[in-house]
Amino acid sequence: MKSSASRLSLWLLLTPFLLWIVLLVLLPHLQMVRVSFQVRESWDTIAWGVEQYQNFFTESYYWRTFLRTGVMSLFTTFLTLIIAFPIAWYIARLARGRSKSLLFMACLIPFWASELVRTYGWMILLRESGLFSSWLQALGWVDGPVEMLYNDVAVIIGLVYNGLLFMVVPLVTTLDGMDENLVEAGYDLGGGHGTVLREIVVPWAMPGIVSGCIVVFMLTLGSYLTPVLMGGKDSAWFTEQIFTQFITRFNWEQGAALGVLLLVLSSVIVWMGLKISGQSLRKVMG
Amino acid sequence: MIRSVPRSRLFDALYMVYLVAFFVYLALPLLVTAVFAFNDAPFPSLPWQGFTLDWYFADGSASADGSAGRTGLFHDDGLLAALWVSAKIAFWVTLVSVCLGCVNAVLFERLHFRGKEFLYLLMLLPLVIPGVILGVSILVFYSGMANDVSAAWGIELDLFRPGMTLVVMGQVTFIATLSTLVIAARLRKFDPQLEEAALNLGATPLVAWFTVTLPWLMPSIFGAAAMAFLMSFENFNTTVMLTGSDTPLTVALFNRLREGSTPVLNAVALLLMVGSALLAALVMGRSNK
Amino acid sequence: MDSDLFCEGLVRRFGANAAVDHISLDVPAGTFFSILGPSGCGKTTLLRLLAGFDKPDEGEIHIRGQRMNDVPPNRRPVNMVFQHLALFPTMSVGDNIGYGLKRRKVTLAERRKRIARVLEQVGLPGLENRDPQELSGGQRQRVALARCLVLEPTLLLLDEPLGALDLKLREQMKVELKHLQKQFGTTFVYITHDQSEAMVMSDRVAVMRDGRFDQVAPPEELYREPATPFVAGFVGDNNRLSGALVAIRDNLAEIRLDDGALVQGRVVAGELEIGQRAELFIRPESLVLSADRVGPGLSVMEAKVRTTLFDGANSRLEAENGSRLVYARLPQDGSAPRLPPGSAIGLAWDPALARVFGAENP
Repeated sequence: MKSSASRLSLWLLLTPFLLWIVLLVLLPHLQMVRVSFQVRESWDTIAWGVEQYQNFFTESYYWRTFLRTGVMSLFTTFLTLIIAFPIAWYIARLARGRSKSLLFMACLIPFWASELVRTYGWMILLRESGLFSSWLQALGWVDGPVEMLYNDVAVIIGLVYNGLLFMVVPLVTTLDGMDENLVEAGYDLGGGHGTVLREIVVPWAMPGIVSGCIVVFMLTLGSYLTPVLMGGKDSAWFTEQIFTQFITRFNWEQGAALGVLLLVLSSVIVWMGLKISGQSLRKVMG
Repeated sequence: MIRSVPRSRLFDALYMVYLVAFFVYLALPLLVTAVFAFNDAPFPSLPWQGFTLDWYFADGSASADGSAGRTGLFHDDGLLAALWVSAKIAFWVTLVSVCLGCVNAVLFERLHFRGKEFLYLLMLLPLVIPGVILGVSILVFYSGMANDVSAAWGIELDLFRPGMTLVVMGQVTFIATLSTLVIAARLRKFDPQLEEAALNLGATPLVAWFTVTLPWLMPSIFGAAAMAFLMSFENFNTTVMLTGSDTPLTVALFNRLREGSTPVLNAVALLLMVGSALLAALVMGRSNK
Repeated sequence: MDSDLFCEGLVRRFGANAAVDHISLDVPAGTFFSILGPSGCGKTTLLRLLAGFDKPDEGEIHIRGQRMNDVPPNRRPVNMVFQHLALFPTMSVGDNIGYGLKRRKVTLAERRKRIARVLEQVGLPGLENRDPQELSGGQRQRVALARCLVLEPTLLLLDEPLGALDLKLREQMKVELKHLQKQFGTTFVYITHDQSEAMVMSDRVAVMRDGRFDQVAPPEELYREPATPFVAGFVGDNNRLSGALVAIRDNLAEIRLDDGALVQGRVVAGELEIGQRAELFIRPESLVLSADRVGPGLSVMEAKVRTTLFDGANSRLEAENGSRLVYARLPQDGSAPRLPPGSAIGLAWDPALARVFGAENP
């Protein structure tokens, strides 16, 4: 039954969606790809070429940072999963009633502050004149101020902190939906802790794990404030280079090329994650 | 591992220690930030110098002992202006995202059409694009277009120069996806028979939508609005690419932070946290009713 | 013309399959009319056609003489109690009931008065301000009814509204619904797959199968005079025996069962040919147990006791006739003989109580 009225309402609802997707997502990204292949010869002549991409591969600073960012993001994601899983398990399966919702709410607290505020909090704690340093001195464990900021460990502490919420929530949601009889049956049929976890719990929680990992990975890969404010001189993040190209150097072509590369990296890793875990984007995100 | 499976004492104890450590890790940075908003010292670090509200209310005049005056948050024109800019941006982002979210939710949950699966994937796309890229692409497209138009015909499209409009557009790109997901999840639980019941009792389709479906969606609409407002207010990565001369709060704070930290930043941070908490409590209070 | 609902030749197809296949019906005013059928027989589709949520491909719908085919659902003088009741969760009981009145622009004071009155009538006085979620299943049922009845519809459609209730409450609501219908005098069209609901409440029942009505009759007639083998099997418990038709005499058919016994039953309609396969339906309560009290003219069948199923007044004997299971009612007044499993018995019946049809799939 396709009456003209239902056709009209379909188009009425489809139009805002298409405007949003086309004008804010598709066209801008296509344009970004196009610009990344433009080579500025003089102030008003433009040729096509892959010069920006050549720069990326010849300048070791670019691709080293690129690899570093990718690897550290993956590591951070993995670490976040390991840290968050027992917490999610406790909230979903062991806590009861009031304490359950309280603990869950507590996990959402970091979301009340922006990434900037969270990073700022860590800076107050970790820097040379910071709280940890003062406490260690007061305890007499160290003689002088200790600098704990501006290194990779600090960056990862901050990144994991930013990602935790987005890992805990999907994990709790999927684990909450699991029938405890499944676990009991696993033990009943002779499984140990390890096998039950590996063969029953993890497969069940897979959609939540993948969804959490994708979000945390995207956030980490695209983060800027935490690596910039907490990282040291030689711990550059790829997003910094994009910012530099656009904001300090006004080199849009190079910036666009780096942007495209970051987009390719994130798409490839998300796609591989989905393939390996056998999930679909619709299932884990929608 | 679950309540019905016996665990050893040691395991339980270690689990508890881990839980406590986790929540300390979670709370510590925020707690520290909040506490130092009241430290009577020009720099947010130990030792504790006593309690003061200067970082909120000091008006910048020189103090009695002749030292340079402190300027509290409520007398800091730069930060207040940035706060106002952020609020305006967040308002528009919330409005547009929630409206888009409602329309999209109906589109994907209630209508059937060809290519729906594909469009749904497109709808999810902004979630797997880093925020920086969203900002960059919109900057390149719209600002580039404004440049080209200006060069070719001498017409200035100021709307598409970095500024509030572009920031709103950039944030809507991904916040609309999130609000769509929130509202669609609620709509999925709606029994379409309720709408039929309304028609059966004499309502026109439009009246049925406003009297039955919309009230049902209300909690999710409030939830989506609160989320959109917070995300817009807190966003940095997309915003910083698109902002013009009127800087929103996060960008202003970032610039301040690079100059060096002062307890005023703690004061702002605490204010933001309290604001977010109130907003969250308000929404949850509503949805629990 | 005093029929409240009149349909002729209604057809609704989904692809090649007709969910409603040339249905005609005529429901006089004030009738409790049930449509009984197994799930998937098209009864819900028929109801949706009547309510206006769906359009027939062919045929006419008239309500109190007015043609309804092109009238949208919100303008039909028809209200519906939905299967899951569809009480608006965002509104109080009073607002639920007032919803239709409000659409008719009835003033607030008048609405209040009418809501209070109808709540009183359905036995829930003073519950206006409660949330529907706070009510019990039976109370919600009554609110759903009140929400429709307050509008004084010409026709009230009910879509298996008792399905969600537990057994005891369902028994109670059946009786109550019947009383409410009499009290309001509204014409009810009730669809269900539960034959007991249909039998207890209705003035007339239509048995529906594969988009068609097999029989439309008062409950007692359906039970005593089923018009088709499907009705005989679907309405009430029945034993089905098959054999070959030997002779027909005065509406009595003689059948040779597969085990060789020659038995008799009444033929209703249709042309039966001597020699064709036929089926005989006999109800468990019509079977007499003791073989030695066989009177003249009774049919007898040999059987072997398998077991007895005790269920109070519904206690039954399970016996085997060849490979076929036969059930007979076991009266609990002490008249039944002892029946050890494996013992042979004779089951006898009055041929006037048995029905014979030509076998459906020869």
